Amino acid sequence: MRTIAEIENEIIDDFALFDTWEEKYQYIIEIGQKLKPLAAEFKTDDNKIKGCQSSVWLTASENNGIIEFSADSDSVFVKGEIALLMEVLSNQTPDAIVNAELGFIDQIGLRSHMAQTRANGLAAMIKQMKLYAVGFQHKNV
Amino acid sequence: MELTSVKSTFDVTAIRKDFPVLSEMPYGKPLVYFDNAATSQKPQVVIDALVNYYSHYNANVHRGVHFLSQKASDAFDAVREKVRSFINAATEREIIFVRGTTEGVNLVAATYGRKNIQQGDTILVSAMEHHSNIVPWQMLCEEKGARLNVIPMNEKGELVLDSLEDLLNDNCKFVAVTHTANSLGTINPIKEIIAKAHSKNIPVLVDGAQAVAHDEVDVQDLDCDFFVFSAHKMLGPTGIGAVYGKLSLLEEMPPYHGGGEMIKSVSFKGTTWNEVPYKFEAGTPNIADVIAMGAAIDYWYSFDRAAAHQQEIDLLNYCTSKLADIPSVRIIGTAKNKAAVISFVIDKANAMDVGMFLDTKGIAVRTGQHCAEPVMDWFGIPGTIRASFMFYNTLEEVDYFIEQLKKAIQLLAV
Repeated sequence: MRTIAEIENEIIDDFALFDTWEEKYQYIIEIGQKLKPLAAEFKTDDNKIKGCQSSVWLTASENNGIIEFSADSDSVFVKGEIALLMEVLSNQTPDAIVNAELGFIDQIGLRSHMAQTRANGLAAMIKQMKLYAVGFQHKNV
Repeated sequence: MELTSVKSTFDVTAIRKDFPVLSEMPYGKPLVYFDNAATSQKPQVVIDALVNYYSHYNANVHRGVHFLSQKASDAFDAVREKVRSFINAATEREIIFVRGTTEGVNLVAATYGRKNIQQGDTILVSAMEHHSNIVPWQMLCEEKGARLNVIPMNEKGELVLDSLEDLLNDNCKFVAVTHTANSLGTINPIKEIIAKAHSKNIPVLVDGAQAVAHDEVDVQDLDCDFFVFSAHKMLGPTGIGAVYGKLSLLEEMPPYHGGGEMIKSVSFKGTTWNEVPYKFEAGTPNIADVIAMGAAIDYWYSFDRAAAHQQEIDLLNYCTSKLADIPSVRIIGTAKNKAAVISFVIDKANAMDVGMFLDTKGIAVRTGQHCAEPVMDWFGIPGTIRASFMFYNTLEEVDYFIEQLKKAIQLLAV
């Protein structure tokens, strides 16, 4: 299993290929368009993340101490962001997720191109993923 | 104050040179600024007025006996007359400086409203108000046990005036309505609404935030009781705006904030209030921004306003017709009488995604609810993409915008 830090470094390397924000935007859109849609039954108000300008649904399951996230959004860009977060945080242990610092977000220059509302949305997604991990931590005690 | 000579014809290339921001290159691309309904750009004369005040005569007003204070006071006081003339109020005592439209509405709600609205009364707003012209009235209603009523609108985004007959009933004690809707561009028949309300002796506040920069406003002709607006949407600085109120109403209203400047005399037994408008202007005023607002008003008189207005109508019509040619675009707000604001949605594409795509191309638009959630709810949409124009925008910019929008649709609406 690759560690969170290793995956973050791979993403940083991928983004290093792009010089402009325009290229990064298009790449995130591409990633978003590849994200597997969430089944309609999971698109409930309970699974909706508060604090996002667009609708984001997030759910998580745990198997043998490993968490897997599934998510969807009506915004392709947000789907791209959440796909990046899932690439880093899915298939990890609750402890690793809770402790992840996610420095790659600043390093790939994502936050610097965001209006406050969008940055809040990203923060809300990370918070929700960590909350799931905390929940599973307690479940396994 | 020097006056720029009046330009006889409207030369958009020349006028753009007055606005330094317009030559910025976000991401190395020429800026296309279509977010003017959020805030307008500032001409160099406005920026200079700010720098000049702070560099050469920064001092508190109405207090000092010294040279700088006198100079600052003279410059500050002159602006009240400029604002009066800009909206044709009867006397400069009817002009109160506030932080902007939002504070203006709050001032009227907290003074006139608190004094006159009672339990069981209703306050009438419209279905297309900005949150700033809803929330202060809701707060007042909650405090007083009064009720908020809403003038409905039709699918074009026009107010249904037939409903006024019922809504302007004996319980209705105040009307607060927007001149031009920020989310839809609708220009309301405000004079007619005011006349109908006045026939029942109900006073009217007009939210003029969007209107002042695009139409010539004459508060005496409108006969409104209050008119509120911000400088930053009409080429002036942020953090300053004005409330116009009929003098007879202002005289009867209690003060807003307590503090210096708004008093005649203070003792521990009690305090007497200063004259209108100072009664409503507690504390050191926003001197620099008032002076820069004056520079913005001077600038409005330096070019042909009718020609500038025509430029905006041309931009609106040209962009509307170009958008109508794109099958997946649906314009939200198709009133007969519209300001240069176009709100629209795209089938299968998220507004924010489109806005971010356009941003990568140097185009600034607004996406989302535009501080008008009830309007979005009415149309059953989460938000729109909004392009809003100012006279310094060009038809070439519209062409570039349409070209990039088509690319966004190709990429995103799949």
